[in-house]
Amino acid sequence: MPPATLAAPPKAKPEPTLIPIGYLKQEVDELIPLSRLNVKPDDLGIAGAQIALSDNNTTGMFTNQKFALDVERVPVDGDPVAALNKLVDSGHQFVLVDAPAEVLLALADAVEGKDVLLFNISAADVGLRQEDCRANVLHTAPDVAMLADALAQYLVWKKWQRWFLVNGVFPEDQAYRDAIRRSAKRFGAEIVEERAYKETPGARRSDTGQQRIQQQMPVFTQAAPSYDVLIVADQREVFGPYLPFRTWDPRPVAGTAGLRAMSWHPAHEQWGATQMQNRFQRFANRFMLPLDHQAWIAVRAVGEAASRTQSGDYGPIDAYIRGDSFDLAAFKGQKVTFRKWDGQLRQPIIIAEAELPVSTSPQSGFLHEHEDVDTLGIDAPETKCEF
Amino acid sequence: MSNEKGNSLTVIDSDTLQVLTTIPVGQRPRGIKVSKDGKQVLICASDDDTVQVLDVASREIVADLPSGPDPELLNIHPSGSPVYIANEDDNLLTVVDLDTTKVLAEVQVGVEPEGVGVSPDGKTVVVTSETTNMAHFIDTETYQITDNVLVGTRPRFAEFTADGKHLWVSSEVAGTVSVIDAETREVIKVIKFDVPGVQPIYLQPVGVRVTKDGTKAFVALGPANRVAVIDAKTFEVEDYLLVGKRVWQLAFTPDQKLLFATNGNSNDVSVIDVPSLKVVKSIPTGTAPWGVTVSED
Repeated sequence: MPPATLAAPPKAKPEPTLIPIGYLKQEVDELIPLSRLNVKPDDLGIAGAQIALSDNNTTGMFTNQKFALDVERVPVDGDPVAALNKLVDSGHQFVLVDAPAEVLLALADAVEGKDVLLFNISAADVGLRQEDCRANVLHTAPDVAMLADALAQYLVWKKWQRWFLVNGVFPEDQAYRDAIRRSAKRFGAEIVEERAYKETPGARRSDTGQQRIQQQMPVFTQAAPSYDVLIVADQREVFGPYLPFRTWDPRPVAGTAGLRAMSWHPAHEQWGATQMQNRFQRFANRFMLPLDHQAWIAVRAVGEAASRTQSGDYGPIDAYIRGDSFDLAAFKGQKVTFRKWDGQLRQPIIIAEAELPVSTSPQSGFLHEHEDVDTLGIDAPETKCEF
Repeated sequence: MSNEKGNSLTVIDSDTLQVLTTIPVGQRPRGIKVSKDGKQVLICASDDDTVQVLDVASREIVADLPSGPDPELLNIHPSGSPVYIANEDDNLLTVVDLDTTKVLAEVQVGVEPEGVGVSPDGKTVVVTSETTNMAHFIDTETYQITDNVLVGTRPRFAEFTADGKHLWVSSEVAGTVSVIDAETREVIKVIKFDVPGVQPIYLQPVGVRVTKDGTKAFVALGPANRVAVIDAKTFEVEDYLLVGKRVWQLAFTPDQKLLFATNGNSNDVSVIDVPSLKVVKSIPTGTAPWGVTVSED
């Protein structure tokens, strides 16, 4: 026994509660972007989750909680379900998923009935929030309907209400076109003409390309009825980025090119976002992109719920995130929360051109009986989601 | 008044309610505070990563305090020094001796520290962290954190009552004000707001001031364009005063008869007559007024 005169050793701090978070990234074959400015960083999304992990762990110093992030990258021909099972078997009950819709659904069904919550951080398909919704998935990625509504509100606010809608050949182009049609109907815009661009993508770079495009785009957009803005639905960047400044009529371009709707922009600095951007850039040595922010929110949601419930267990954290007390500060000027009817994150959407944000939707004057931000996307009365 | 976008201070005579002068300062001035002796004004020049010291007599910047990056709000020990500066970008509270301008300590706090409150007895400084959502109680002798109190989302401002018994913390995103017992460090009341015709999501409390006699509290509600009047004994909200757009910070005159409220999006300051609870005047300022401080004379 130590002599009584010695001060008692400081009480050993109990071991922190460990909360492991998984991150599953399904690699996909993608075309290189038309602009080399838009080459995707290898750690896209992952860096956002990592900075959120660091935020959670700073808070964890005061709550005696420790968060970990483990990333599983699934190759193009790999087995995503096996990768998810590996994460779940090693104790990860909260898993961020960066994968196409069909992979996300396979993953959700594979862990159905287990104590596992998936965050869809990337798939924008409306169906995942409608007839294909799953109770074990929350969506931090805005869906195409939200993005189209956010853009449409800005254009209508601007009184650019006559739209020339052009779309590419892929299913996701048609989905975006359908969302724009829906938005036009909701907010009182008129689609004066629709046109499809039928070329499929070839090589992205060729020395004579610029001259050809300079002639192709005016011809493609020639002889449209009088319109205010051209809206392009070209998710894979086959031709959309070529439209601004090359249309037959001198008109602005919006949609998947030109003026776009997005969850985050690297030059967004409202509502304290400067701090988020600085923190991220110091950490990742690049700009913060939408997928990074969508991943950040998912990891922060787990952190916030763990801090509020003082628990590292699945049950209380899952219930808190879905409950009425949950809210998160996400540099959007208002709290972000999850919609009960489809698990979609309710959040303002940034309208931006390449270098600067232009506005944030919902626009003033677009009113909702509960929360104006629910004028973006699928509202409760329209939901086809049944958990 | 600090003008966040105008990179200037607007100086107003609180007797005549006229603008006396505009003083150019560093970039993105936000939190400001008159020193205890009234001779200096400390200015958080956020984008210059420094706290500037303005000499009141000459109206010149005479020194920079080593504040750490992106200082946003600061407060001063009742004895006149040190100065406590919240560094949003670095999760730090920086403690600086005002006479020597030397850093005495850096205290690691939660993510995005912002509000800084000092207890009237000078023994405790409280920092709020906007992403961690806590009020951190720090011992001013040892610089150790003694308590961490969870409050509503995005806590922005911390104000001790003059008797030192309570700490009021505003939570911008949660839309609440937490009143914390300064002794037990328990939240004893969460005040909520309700303005007819304004959606709850736009009720975003920022600046908080409690009268010295402890009877009334005023809370700036940001984009709701209202200042809430609260009975500081019962914690009941009694009234909402319509002010300018995005009302941010508040400061009393020394006699507590007037309260100034900065309106960031309408570029003016609203003057509230405290006894009658009426907004009596709007004074134009520079671009995007943010912080406000009143000298004792």
